[in-house]
Amino acid sequence: MGEMQIRPLTLNFGPQHPAAHGVLRLVLEMDGEIIERADPHVGLLHRGTEKLIEHKTYLQALPYFDRLDYVSPMNQEHAWALAIEKAVGIEVPKRAQHIRVLYCEIGRILNHLLNLTTFAIDVGAMTPLLWGFEEREKLMEFYERASGARLHAAYFRPGGVHQDLPDGLTDDILAWTETFPDFIGDLETLLTDNRIFKQRTVDIGVMTTEEALDLGMTGPCLRSTGLAWDLRKSQPYDCYDEMDFDIPIGTTGDCYARYLVRVEEMRQSLRIMRQAIETMPDGPVLAENNKVTPPRRADMKHSMEALIHHFKLYTEGFHVPEGESYTAVEAPKGEFGVYLVSDGTNKPYRARLRAPGFFFMAAVDYLSRGHMLADSVAIIGSLDIVFGEIDR
Amino acid sequence: MNDFHDRLTKLVGHQCQAIEMKGGELVLHVALADIVSVLKAVRDDTELAVTQLSDLTAVDFPERPERFDVVYQMLSVNNNMRLRIITRADEGDIVPSVIGLFRSADWAEREVWDMFGIYFSGHPDMRRLLTDYGFEGHPLRKDFPLTGYVEVRYSDTERRVVYEPVHLNQEYRDFDFLSPWEGMQLPQVGDDSDTDEEQAGA
Repeated sequence: MGEMQIRPLTLNFGPQHPAAHGVLRLVLEMDGEIIERADPHVGLLHRGTEKLIEHKTYLQALPYFDRLDYVSPMNQEHAWALAIEKAVGIEVPKRAQHIRVLYCEIGRILNHLLNLTTFAIDVGAMTPLLWGFEEREKLMEFYERASGARLHAAYFRPGGVHQDLPDGLTDDILAWTETFPDFIGDLETLLTDNRIFKQRTVDIGVMTTEEALDLGMTGPCLRSTGLAWDLRKSQPYDCYDEMDFDIPIGTTGDCYARYLVRVEEMRQSLRIMRQAIETMPDGPVLAENNKVTPPRRADMKHSMEALIHHFKLYTEGFHVPEGESYTAVEAPKGEFGVYLVSDGTNKPYRARLRAPGFFFMAAVDYLSRGHMLADSVAIIGSLDIVFGEIDR
Repeated sequence: MNDFHDRLTKLVGHQCQAIEMKGGELVLHVALADIVSVLKAVRDDTELAVTQLSDLTAVDFPERPERFDVVYQMLSVNNNMRLRIITRADEGDIVPSVIGLFRSADWAEREVWDMFGIYFSGHPDMRRLLTDYGFEGHPLRKDFPLTGYVEVRYSDTERRVVYEPVHLNQEYRDFDFLSPWEGMQLPQVGDDSDTDEEQAGA
């Protein structure tokens, strides 16, 4: 009997598949169970954020950043706030810097908790998700106590943060950082040495450092290949240069290494959170420059000037000098950058949002070629994909 | 920092229209024809080692003769330096693709094609990326309206999603709070500082 020619199979994965992490439509060309080509169709969550921002004042554009990577909202706001501060040239008070760093690290843990646990459920482990969401709920409570919202915080503002932290919040966060290492330990007993988990992730979706850089990888995905590149260390912003923490790196660059890096990053985030709270000075939380930041409510009851400033800021908004800049922060997923072009008016001329996940998604084709169908799920899970930021 | 700047000037200075420091960021202006050779030079040089194309995007300036800025955000991990390369392209111009140098350009170029209508030659798969199947127009151009041209809804009678021209119950309002004293370009109605002829014209 001669060789039989098998017709290549085209498989449609998503957009309603639970392992597609949102609204991914993945068209797979299969040879039997081997993936020959993966063609992600994205854009089902495209909301035109970049276009909308061009029609909003700088402050009105800020809440859109919560809606990009909705798993770690404040980290995105941070990039926008820093971009404006750079363009306008205002100094952020020390206390505000510490609050921002504290909340960025809470955001990082929020993100990693969601990613690691949904990654686990994608490859068959149900329990981590149930445990992890309990911890996420506690963290979102901290978000809510500071900003009033669990997810869409709009808390970081150009020049600082919107409000000071309420009394007792830092103590509660500090108490939580004492209990959380036990949770990480529990999580690791479920996954790190788990035979099934390792069979599904070790040597799956491997890339070298050169390949990772070429593909535009940043964040944990880049670090898992063995390159200690973290913008918090190499191009520090706010008070990250005062914090003492390590950059965990992987060695193998596979799905398992990405998992390990994220677990260790949560421990490092705890260290940063503790330091941010312990060294947090007293003082204002918003730069006292009423051309950019609004006056306090109490001042507006007495001062006509404060009232005028408030009115002007919330109607016209502030003007950003003409120019362009690229500002990047180390968001939990990787480098989140804002390329801001301003024309001197109260609205951005163009704001390009460089989302880390966009480049991860583009790399899915490269990473999943030659793997089995089930491995594509592990690869997507380990890359940490959220469609809010890919589609924008 | 200075070494990087010097090395860059030596290596690609003759191909650049300008090398400038803008607010601590290094910016290169390059002609469209030279873009691939400049990117290749900075990538392959062992001292510069610009190994990552962080981002590729465009900016639309409709009033300019060469309408678009195509912007390449580059990163050298070894030197901890960022580099921005800007080239200008007009509406009909075809930009050479850099996907052969940096694979991260793949989707970035597709997005620029989708959003701005700038075509990249040499890209193997120049399809739209983010917009709907069968979408027309390039949304991030300044002459594309914020509301777009079509809207979709599910039609019960036809039992499918139908496309219709945008119908706004209330006209779209672009609130113009721009102060008449700062950043104004157009003359305001009733602005006494203008001459009478200008006011009559407005």
